[in-house]
Amino acid sequence: MLAVRVLGTLAILFVLSIIVFSMLHLAPGDLVKTLLGTRPASPEAVAAIREQYHLDDPLPVQYLRWLGGVLTGDFGQSIRLQTSVADAIGSRLGLTLALCGLAFVAAIGTGIPLGVQSAVRAGGVLDRVGTALGVIGLSAPTFAVGLLLLYVFAYYLPIFPVYGGGRGPLDTLYHLILPAITLAAGLGAIVLKLTRTAMLRELDADYVTSARARGIPEGRVRRLALRNAAIPIVTGASLLLTFLVGGTVLAETTYALPGLGTLLQDSVLFKDLAVVQALTLLVALVIAVIALLADLAYLLLDPRVRAKGGTA
Amino acid sequence: MSASLGAVGVAFRRRGVPATVIVCLVVLAAAFLAVVLGPVLFPEATKQDILSSLMPAGSPGHPLGTDELGRDILALTVAGAASALVGPVCVAVGSMLLGILLGTLAGYERGPLDFVISRWTDLLLALPVLLAAIVVSGVFGGGYWTTVALLVLLFSPSDIRIVRAGVLEQSARPYIEAAQMLSLSRWRVMFRHILPNVSSLVITNAMLNVAFALVAFSSLSFLGVGVPPGTADWGRQLTDSRAIMFDNPAAVIVPAVLIIAVACAVNLVGDWLGQRLTRSGGLA
Repeated sequence: MLAVRVLGTLAILFVLSIIVFSMLHLAPGDLVKTLLGTRPASPEAVAAIREQYHLDDPLPVQYLRWLGGVLTGDFGQSIRLQTSVADAIGSRLGLTLALCGLAFVAAIGTGIPLGVQSAVRAGGVLDRVGTALGVIGLSAPTFAVGLLLLYVFAYYLPIFPVYGGGRGPLDTLYHLILPAITLAAGLGAIVLKLTRTAMLRELDADYVTSARARGIPEGRVRRLALRNAAIPIVTGASLLLTFLVGGTVLAETTYALPGLGTLLQDSVLFKDLAVVQALTLLVALVIAVIALLADLAYLLLDPRVRAKGGTA
Repeated sequence: MSASLGAVGVAFRRRGVPATVIVCLVVLAAAFLAVVLGPVLFPEATKQDILSSLMPAGSPGHPLGTDELGRDILALTVAGAASALVGPVCVAVGSMLLGILLGTLAGYERGPLDFVISRWTDLLLALPVLLAAIVVSGVFGGGYWTTVALLVLLFSPSDIRIVRAGVLEQSARPYIEAAQMLSLSRWRVMFRHILPNVSSLVITNAMLNVAFALVAFSSLSFLGVGVPPGTADWGRQLTDSRAIMFDNPAAVIVPAVLIIAVACAVNLVGDWLGQRLTRSGGLA
């Protein structure tokens, strides 16, 4: 069961790596010119590029050589930044991780309690307000929310900086608050919806009625229900991650933060393909691993699945 | 399709359309008018006029002011509705049709065809839509309709999965066995007998896809991918007006609020339609 799942993930990553590798060869325009970037195309430079990228080898050999590099952390050179791709990504990873982490904590911290309360008092004022906020959070594009928040909290009420990444850890954190809230709006809406649906179903279950009939305090009953509701919430983690990837690009662009999202956007517009390839693979890998971990968490959370998985 | 349109009609005829849904339908009707009348009312919306650049909202002749190129914000916004809304609707309809075709084939024929189609959806679902769209559209270039085609492809897995699941569930039922006993052709069974019974799911999903496609489309044009510079388009307008956002706030606030309002309206109408359709005899 688990082995099949792991093999399936590896197969998808393998196919994706072939697609990502072919991107360099399928991109319109002359490959050598793309790789040269802004350097002049003298015959020596062209020969050097052909030599450096082994362009005269058969494609499968080129692919295997590229894959070998990728697996050892060598993604090649960025033609735009004139550094190795690994360095370009490494220097920006921290900011993106901090932004996503903050947004994630904010989304979980508001989405789950609000979702539980909405389900407990379904149809009440809080539920209706929560549902309305959820619809806006799910529908509104990240950049539109970001721009509107900029007006409110950086222009009309100048509490937060307009853009940039800030200097030093504390200043960076300060610069990240508004982008994190922007990102958390969409994330929190997804968490809220998942939590509310799952809790409504659990609170309707027989074991809740029976627990209440036995006089078990309401707080403990809700904790029991939440534990069971955790499974669909955790399974939705890949949904959150998919949103987070697109959202980070948009939030970083809106607030001009020097993170991986802006790196991707700049590299795409500049046709700096080595960076685009590396980032695409990286995202695919992270998503695949998180989806696997979500499945494993499913085993930990649900003893019934664990028992079945053990025998199968 | 007439059966499914009938189902929509039933949903509307029932009493008690909630007030929020009515508000949403009004918003959508206004957006539709802007799409149809925009090019007629403001044929020269993208015409630049440096003499009248950066006028604040409330200026004579320019109720919402102008941007730094002297384009009237009101005209640009109304004219931009077509670009911002037609693409997403085409994406939703296109991926619905692709989903119906591939999903029905996979669910009814099963076997190797099902395996291939299902692995194809697995592969597409492994990458976030927005990331794939940014990379492909940015690296390979391509204009508006290439982006529409790309998004159709990227949106189709959810449609394929929903149709496939519905068809799998239906094809085990007695009426399908009866149709097969009458030796009706498989295409007739698939599209005349099974399809009407999964249509409510398909329509609801297409409606919700319009909202997602609207967000994806405007996100792409905000990032400078998909819609060429100088086009009247809400997402593009937001990027172009970033530099002047504090000089003439209307240039950014109006399109941003419109994108949010239309996306919310589509989502709410989609949700409501979904509840109505599933309650009125479609699949639970």
